[in-house]
Amino acid sequence: MSLLSVSGLTTEFRTDAGWRAAVRDVDLEVGANETLAIVGESGSGKSVTALSILRLLPEAGARIAGGSCLFEGRDLAHLDETAMQAIRGARIGMVFQEPMTALNPTMTIGNQIGEVLVRHRGMPRAEARAETLRLLERVRLPSPARRIDDYPHQFSGGMRQRVVIAMAIACRPALLLADEPTTALDVTIQAQILRLLKELQRENGMGMIFITHNLGVVAQIADRVAVMYAGRIVESAPVDEIFARPLHPYTRGLLQAMPRHDRMQDLEPIPGAVPSIRETIVGCAFAPRCPLRIARCVEAPPLDAVGENHAVRCWVAAEKVPA
Amino acid sequence: MLRYVAKRLLFTLPILFVVATCVFQLARVVPGDPALVILGDQANAEALQALRQRMGLDRSLMAQYLSFLWDTVRGDLGLSLSSNRTVWSEISAVLPFTIELTIAATFVGVVLGVPVGVLAALRRNRVADYVTRLLSLAGLSFPAFVSGILLLLAFAVQLRWFPVVSRIVINDPLTRLHNLVLPSINLGLIMAAYVTRVTRSSMLGVLTEDYMRTARAKGLSRRRIVWSHGLRNALIPIVTVVGLYFGTMIGNSVLTEIVFNRPGVGKLILGALQSRDYTLLQGLMIVFAFFVVMVNLCTDLVYGLIDPRVKAR
Ligand SMILES: Nc1ncnc2c1ncn2[C@@H]1O[C@H](COP(=O)(O)OP(=O)(O)O)[C@@H](O)[C@H]1O
Ligand SMILES: [Mg+2]
Repeated sequence: MSLLSVSGLTTEFRTDAGWRAAVRDVDLEVGANETLAIVGESGSGKSVTALSILRLLPEAGARIAGGSCLFEGRDLAHLDETAMQAIRGARIGMVFQEPMTALNPTMTIGNQIGEVLVRHRGMPRAEARAETLRLLERVRLPSPARRIDDYPHQFSGGMRQRVVIAMAIACRPALLLADEPTTALDVTIQAQILRLLKELQRENGMGMIFITHNLGVVAQIADRVAVMYAGRIVESAPVDEIFARPLHPYTRGLLQAMPRHDRMQDLEPIPGAVPSIRETIVGCAFAPRCPLRIARCVEAPPLDAVGENHAVRCWVAAEKVPA
Repeated sequence: MLRYVAKRLLFTLPILFVVATCVFQLARVVPGDPALVILGDQANAEALQALRQRMGLDRSLMAQYLSFLWDTVRGDLGLSLSSNRTVWSEISAVLPFTIELTIAATFVGVVLGVPVGVLAALRRNRVADYVTRLLSLAGLSFPAFVSGILLLLAFAVQLRWFPVVSRIVINDPLTRLHNLVLPSINLGLIMAAYVTRVTRSSMLGVLTEDYMRTARAKGLSRRRIVWSHGLRNALIPIVTVVGLYFGTMIGNSVLTEIVFNRPGVGKLILGALQSRDYTLLQGLMIVFAFFVVMVNLCTDLVYGLIDPRVKAR
């Protein structure tokens, strides 16, 4: 049985053209100890998916228009705000993309971590402080005892991300949502943070949704991969399968654009851009950029199972594979 | 922190020096012989000369300037021309009344303005927001003497909750506080209007910051997110406005003091203007400037307390 089971999730924003979906009919499953990577170019709806699960969308101008997110026996999509508050930071932690702005500049890092412990584990302040020190040690912040009362601006991006991670795992959540946690960091720091997340996951048996646009990172961390385009899942498969047998032309395009040291030729980015949510999409959303486009692509393809644990949303790709 | 305080203090010295110089110059460029102004056309030459000597007007401008600076540094503001008492004793007799009014009005302005501003930001573009924006606009465009008279008519004349005329020097602190209520509300309402506006706009900026989303992701209650994470970050512009307004309020309180017939610096200014008591005016200007500079210094120190990044600069 999976830890989180999202089905038919649809999230809309209000635009001058009315309510438009940024995430459509998304299904996801994450188990304990498992990492699901959501991959896609910028603007494909990855962040909105994560924010919808934790119900952190802006209060005005955004709504979950359909679907459910079953987590520990409850449907998060229909929970009231007070019940959601008890889950956020306690059962589900979240790490954000921008460590430079994700922390409150006027509060010491110690207090920012400590208040999660006070809030959810009912610790007295002194006890929360001691636990905060342990957490800072755990995320390998150098000399935590000396730095616990420092403010965010006194830390580098990588160190701040460690603080954010300490905050997210403070209550040993069952699920961690990591929204491009390493995108803003340079490569060596990236690798350290990925290793840290892996360790913490193993220790606590956490399920993790890891969002990224970098397939190189996916290879290092994910068990399964969901490729997202224009608010929809277009392909999902175990990580080895995605790299060995990518089916969707979009997935193949992403792989082709991926920098690799064993390949000297220039990268080939996919021509064109992700459609904005204002555009009305008829048929397959990727068709305008697709090298394999056929006449049938004016109809919207379903997400077809093409093997054990492998599904693809493409007329051409699904046809070639013997079911 | 100590270095920051020392640095700020050091910065105030040149400001005070410039202000003192300006005050000195201002008093000298006013056309006419001060001795003649004081004694009138009928005065004889000897008396005029005697007065000039007493006031040091017969010395060179540079000598006058230096002794003025030296006196000011020692806190000696000279003699009042109209009363023959020292300027400092004239001012210090009424200054406490003005300062207590200023502080009480600031209290009203902050206690009213900040919560209303925060609520307006949270209810952005809904009815409550429009109502507060309209009221604060009304508050800004209302002259202090009109609102003062309206307050007097309603609460002193009609309801009789407060005295129409403030009693002078009262040793009973409760009566004194009671006398303070209407004037400080009158002065504080204008400030509340400013504070509401700046709080609203500052808070609107903060509400969309990333760290506010982080605070939500931690499962904190709405109240804690807004008042603890949000307000603290919105505070710098609010403190700026409060500081600026507080600093100038000593002058702005004149109208309110007169409408409510309160003792205070307001009446002293009026008297000094009527009797052309220019040493008293000079002293008043120095005291105002000192007050403004001190309030500014406090504002800077509060910045350092609110935002740790300020000290780093
Ligand atoms: N608050 C918002 N209001 C309107 N549109 C939004 C908002 N947040 C995201 N979107 C739109 O939703 C789409 C998906 O965005 P997002 O999930 O952030 O993409 P990414 O995959 O890069 O994380 C984009 O087209 C974006 O413009
Ligand atoms: Mg994103």
